[in-house]
Amino acid sequence: MTLDTTTASAVAAASTESRWRRHAWQYGPAVTIVVVALGLWELLIRVLDVPRFLWPAPSLIVATLRDDAGPLAGHSWTTLREVLLGFLIALTAGLVIGVLLHLSETLRRGVLPILIASQSVPTVVLAPVLVLVMGFNIGPILAVIALFCFFPIAVNTIDGLSSVDREYVRMMQTLDASRRSIFRRVEFPSALPFIFTGTRIGATYAAIGAVFGEWAGSDGGLGWLMIQAKGRLDTPLVFAAVAIITSMAVSLFLLVALVERLTIPWARSRGGRMK
Amino acid sequence: MAAERPWTAPPVNAGSGVTDSSITIEGVRQVFGDTVALDGIDLHIRMHTRLGIVGPSGCGKSTLLSNIAGLVEPSAGSVAIGRATTAKERLARCALMPQKDLLLPWRSALDNACLALENRGVHRRAARERARPLFERFGLAEFEEHMPAQLSGGMRQRVAFLRTLMAEKDVFLLDEPFAALDSITRASMQEWLLGALTQEPKTALLVTHDVDEALLLTHHVVVFSARPGRIVHKLDTDFPTNVPRREIVTSPEFAHLKEQALEALEV
Repeated sequence: MTLDTTTASAVAAASTESRWRRHAWQYGPAVTIVVVALGLWELLIRVLDVPRFLWPAPSLIVATLRDDAGPLAGHSWTTLREVLLGFLIALTAGLVIGVLLHLSETLRRGVLPILIASQSVPTVVLAPVLVLVMGFNIGPILAVIALFCFFPIAVNTIDGLSSVDREYVRMMQTLDASRRSIFRRVEFPSALPFIFTGTRIGATYAAIGAVFGEWAGSDGGLGWLMIQAKGRLDTPLVFAAVAIITSMAVSLFLLVALVERLTIPWARSRGGRMK
Repeated sequence: MAAERPWTAPPVNAGSGVTDSSITIEGVRQVFGDTVALDGIDLHIRMHTRLGIVGPSGCGKSTLLSNIAGLVEPSAGSVAIGRATTAKERLARCALMPQKDLLLPWRSALDNACLALENRGVHRRAARERARPLFERFGLAEFEEHMPAQLSGGMRQRVAFLRTLMAEKDVFLLDEPFAALDSITRASMQEWLLGALTQEPKTALLVTHDVDEALLLTHHVVVFSARPGRIVHKLDTDFPTNVPRREIVTSPEFAHLKEQALEALEV
């Protein structure tokens, strides 16, 4: 038993160390590239003496973030609210449409081709039309975000639900499962890894959707601020807004990834995923 | 060995209170497209006896189980479990244990065993309380809350067996349940299954391509030919269950039966 405890602590120590190494291995390259790129950027701007309205240096963008923190925070909040609301609408719509199309083959054959075709409609061009139809409010912005995000969620939901191993369904049938029970206890849980994949992709689109939505018609938000700043040739402020937008997209992505880890730990464990 | 040939014997009329779970298969033929998977299968399995089916790969053994369970209706012929003749009625009486354990990776061992009860509308907590004693009885105590990924292959098959048992069906269809296990684990699992089936008498069909397994675990063995699957040989086994496996496997009677079965398989 003493052997057991020593090996256990040794394993624990080794796993902490290997976890560090794994994290370094996973994030190290990306961090290095970003740091080196920012350094080169700063250097080039200073050496070539590029005017600030043309292409600001990273240090200037950071300074802008600090100096204009007040207004930037206000507009960020406006955009963040749009991003979260629009993303939730997309998530709900994607899930509902995905499940409905899975349950009804007629619906799937009728609607899926239209859904796919709809993805070739440039949402950016559609945005001003949406403003005309829905009015000058948050509505068209949410619609643009939802249009950007829902497709990967819906498609992955359909794929996930239909990729269930038929043997599991048969097994459930011999255990007196109803159609509903099979959906609830087998199909939906096994589709979750797919659904999360779609949701992570959707999450990265939400912020850019908000910017397009705001460009089409709004009186606030980071997208609106970008247009204003561009008009004044205040390029550092444009870049500052872009930096915030980017961090919003990354944060939403990470949030979905975190929820995924907490909800479906079995999908990460060895041999956990259904084959 | 018994002299009677139970598959030709008339169906046993079940005693009062017990539903007849004998299986009668008459002239079953299964065609998939141009392929004849099964042809002219006649079998009778008396209530609470175990029948082993051995045969080469692709001889339609698993198909026959699907036919019996009502998952696939045979192209011709009939299957009856007691008085249940329609596919739906048969499905309600059969529990199928497949080669893959098919445990749901997001459910603990105990929750996997509870699936049948939950499907029938039993509340999760009540279902867990009913399944828990079985874990102790079948050597799985303390593994209730383990996730499938944390269990060994043999353990997973035991949980799969408990899940099948919890369905409380009177017919057990075992489709190469231990084929995915290594031979040492398989030997101990066979002994375990024999003990479990002795405790819980069921009408059982065991499909396998392991002749030893069929001879050890069942009362009667039929040998199937290669596709189209036909019955080419029948054997009575019925070794005593209280004798160690080692003694049975090395006995001359066992060797004799095994030789017969292997000879039939070569035809």
